[in-house]
Amino acid sequence: MNQFYTTTDHFVLIPAIMLALFGCAILLFDFLVFPNPKQRKYLLIFVVLGLGFTGYGLWRQQEFLTANGLTELTAFQGALTIDRFALFFNWVFELATLIVAIVSYNYLEIEGEHHGEYYALMLFAQCGMFFLAAGTDLVTLFIGLELMAICFYVMVGFLRSDKRSNEAAMKYLLLGAFSSGFLVYGFSIMYGLAGSTQLSKVAAAISARDAWDPVVFLATATTAVGLLFKISAVPFHMWAPDAYEGAPTTITAYLSVASKAASFAFLLRIFLGPLASARDSWEPLLAVVAVLTMTVGNLAAISQSNIKRLLAYSSISHAGYMLLGLIAGNETGIRGIAVYVLVYAFMNLGAFLVVIAMRRKNIIGEDLDDMAGLMYKSPGYAILMLIFLLSLAGIPPTAGFLGKYYIFLSLIETHHYVLAVIATLYVAVAIYYYFRVVKIMFVGELAEKAPLATSFGLRVALGITGVLTLGVGVYPEPVLRLAQSSFLK
Amino acid sequence: MDQHLLSIVLFAPLAGFAVLLLIPGSQKNLIKVWANLVGFASFLVSLPLVTRFDNDTPGFQSIMHPQFHFEESANWIPSLGAHYHIGIDGISLLLIMLTTLMGFLAILSSWNAIDERVKEYYAMFLLLQTGMIGVFVSLDFFLFYVFWELVLVPMYFIIGVWGGPRKLYAAIKFFLYTLAGSVLMLLGILTLYFQYHQQFGTYTFEIADLMKLDMPLGMQQWVFWAFFLGFAIKVPMFPFHTWLPDAHVEAPTAGSVILASVLLKMGTYGFIRFSLPLLPKASVDQTIVQILAVLSIVGIIYGALVCLMQQDWKKLVAYSSVSHLGFCTLGIFALNPNGIAGSVIQQVNHGISTGMLFLIIGVIYERRHTREISEYGGLAHVMPKYAVIFAIAMLSSAGLPLLNGFVGEFTILQGAFEANRVWAAFSVMGVILGAAYLLWLYQRTMLGQVTNGRNLHLPDMSLREIVIFLPLIAWAIWIGVYPKPYFDVLEMPVQRIVERVRPGYYQGESGQKAKGKRQKAKVLEANAASVGPGAGQ
Repeated sequence: MNQFYTTTDHFVLIPAIMLALFGCAILLFDFLVFPNPKQRKYLLIFVVLGLGFTGYGLWRQQEFLTANGLTELTAFQGALTIDRFALFFNWVFELATLIVAIVSYNYLEIEGEHHGEYYALMLFAQCGMFFLAAGTDLVTLFIGLELMAICFYVMVGFLRSDKRSNEAAMKYLLLGAFSSGFLVYGFSIMYGLAGSTQLSKVAAAISARDAWDPVVFLATATTAVGLLFKISAVPFHMWAPDAYEGAPTTITAYLSVASKAASFAFLLRIFLGPLASARDSWEPLLAVVAVLTMTVGNLAAISQSNIKRLLAYSSISHAGYMLLGLIAGNETGIRGIAVYVLVYAFMNLGAFLVVIAMRRKNIIGEDLDDMAGLMYKSPGYAILMLIFLLSLAGIPPTAGFLGKYYIFLSLIETHHYVLAVIATLYVAVAIYYYFRVVKIMFVGELAEKAPLATSFGLRVALGITGVLTLGVGVYPEPVLRLAQSSFLK
Repeated sequence: MDQHLLSIVLFAPLAGFAVLLLIPGSQKNLIKVWANLVGFASFLVSLPLVTRFDNDTPGFQSIMHPQFHFEESANWIPSLGAHYHIGIDGISLLLIMLTTLMGFLAILSSWNAIDERVKEYYAMFLLLQTGMIGVFVSLDFFLFYVFWELVLVPMYFIIGVWGGPRKLYAAIKFFLYTLAGSVLMLLGILTLYFQYHQQFGTYTFEIADLMKLDMPLGMQQWVFWAFFLGFAIKVPMFPFHTWLPDAHVEAPTAGSVILASVLLKMGTYGFIRFSLPLLPKASVDQTIVQILAVLSIVGIIYGALVCLMQQDWKKLVAYSSVSHLGFCTLGIFALNPNGIAGSVIQQVNHGISTGMLFLIIGVIYERRHTREISEYGGLAHVMPKYAVIFAIAMLSSAGLPLLNGFVGEFTILQGAFEANRVWAAFSVMGVILGAAYLLWLYQRTMLGQVTNGRNLHLPDMSLREIVIFLPLIAWAIWIGVYPKPYFDVLEMPVQRIVERVRPGYYQGESGQKAKGKRQKAKVLEANAASVGPGAGQ
């Protein structure tokens, strides 16, 4: 019972071990085996291998759960839990890391900042995400969060000679540290209430108290601040546009998808775990936050002239939609978040991939005007971008519609009609700014004749995301099944 | 072949679209030929729908059981209860034929008008075609919604890329208006879907199943208004019509033709297919009926008055759509067989006549590149063939007897009169004003002396241009002279809808026509009853 490291512990931890191991391997090989900068792209093989082993570990865990009819597998005295929820999110992280990694080598070459640490940091970040999705202990969760966040602080500032990148990293670091402080404060109160850091014990302690109990409320509010910061919900969103704009575009994509998914996993663990019984007190609060998030995200996006900032604000508004699923809180709503996180992952990655291709030698390519006339130059990219943007807006038959569908349905099921109407009307606002991009691509005059920066990896990544965005939209059954099985308690 | 006929009709343009994408963009003529071939083929494959369509057996039995032809059903998304379920009745049949014909003619009419980005242009039309047919054949709400939204994107591009000077403004306005309406409609759909789950324990988007729902009036009203926003913006009904003139004026000719002939009908079709049968209590609710009727009448008269003021030829025709579609919605909310049947026929008529009027404008616009009415005058001397065709189109739109417009408007007025005499009295004004603005337009452009020197040497219509009009003229005359087949096709579907919203309408004493029908129905019912048990034993 009190054995420190059991077979189960090992089995549960395998994916994280693999990620960390391959991360370290990359660091070693980078200077021992590949001293020539041109050889750095071979490091990509380690990323793919690492992800492969991680995926194998996850798959083994999944098979184990199915074979034994278990719903969860607990390890380290309840500090880690592998359940369908954790596995689902980990698959999203795998997808995101893989896609971002295979497009990075060409991008970093162009930026002139191709270093091996980059790939290692990506794997370490994913390792942190693993703990965020699988952690069921306040300390484990917090360490996972910090591991992920610190890797991101470094990666956001990876363009060392670029002022914007440095500024973005600094801003993200300072605000991130501040929000972590809030989070730890909330956690400490929870610990004070329960005398344990385990989520189940905290949940028991909180449910013994009234929802409006001042101490519980204090814990809820401070924890919420920390979590809402991570998902860039208004009013804690200030860092997002700057960090998104300054970061290397590949990292922007990674940040907006993987980090957001991990933060949502974390948020759901807390709000559906320890804080579930205090729903009365946080539901109205989150409703206000969600409406504000959609409002600010959508309205601010309208006036952006930088495509990365535009997508940053759009990603803020998507966080608002996902929060609505939590506010509805029923089975449909939670499943809606799962579907939303998944489809958001590949449609948003897809949109960023096109932006990544816009970055060429001596051309920054981040302005909306840089996309002018893309249809004349690279019709394939323009059409893919159109599909991603339609999907982000939630127009059927693209995958993005399904996420919104579940969210709207859950709001109606729980009689949140006003929220439903607000959320639907913002779809029309969103289409306005997404179609500013479309308009420029398809109607604008071709301004910049230089061809897009493509690479084999980029084309593969675009293929995957494009096929998923359209394919899941037309035939969503498998994805819906997956999401359904992941969130049935 | 036969059991998949409707799917073939639905996906033929999409298949053509897929092949078109493979043709290199530089082969302009090949693209044009291919697109025209696909358009023509899509029309041809839809013809068997007419020849193999057998009208439902009239009678009470079939009133109670919605009957669809060429039905196909397959599981699509079991987790959501969405099916690939398509099928048509008389109402959808007429609108599909209108779609396939107008789709082909619109493609044909673009031969000379479009010279840049040819490939994308035709691709958009073919995609649009599948979307429009899909709206009219869907018997599953999810499928319907997918097609409904699918239409928006190609239309955005048709207006936004190949349109006039303010094309981008018009395109995004069109998109935003209709999208705002349709997402609210989505909320209505989801409410029905959820209510069904509450009552029956399963999730389904099947229209036939959703009709079993028994919802309280209050909730039906909310859902009705949600649907209303989706459909009324599309029609467009009076306060929501402001996107229409912009879209029409800026769109290229073929775009205007499709927009007026088919896209607007999606809204009226939605009212008939979804609002009425799914929300019967709300649809007969006096407040709702009054509001809808008043909005329709305001649309009729306001549209007509605005037409009188227009300096722009195309804008005039655009506003005439507002007026004519007012008739269509008025007919629907008369909630009697005449009103609804007349409304469907008027929808087809409006498709034919307004389609012709936009094509007419296209012909002259290709020659002069202006739509100012004052630029023209006395064209009949220069372009006699053009003047004749314009005269027919104009008279058909104005509702001259023996042409199609008359049949529709007359039947609607009959229905409106039966429902409420005041409505009929007001809407007759629309007919008079309609004749006024159209005749005046004709006079200002065609008659008198040639006032503008630049018009002196305009070439008359070419053979290709005339060929485009011939089927439409023939169709207009057919409906005008012998509309019986149309009413036959519509009889049972319309009766079903009326019976659904006003149960007992055919049993009650409301009107002599109904009485006759009732007797006929009773006889058939007796026959069925006497045959039924015997066959069972």
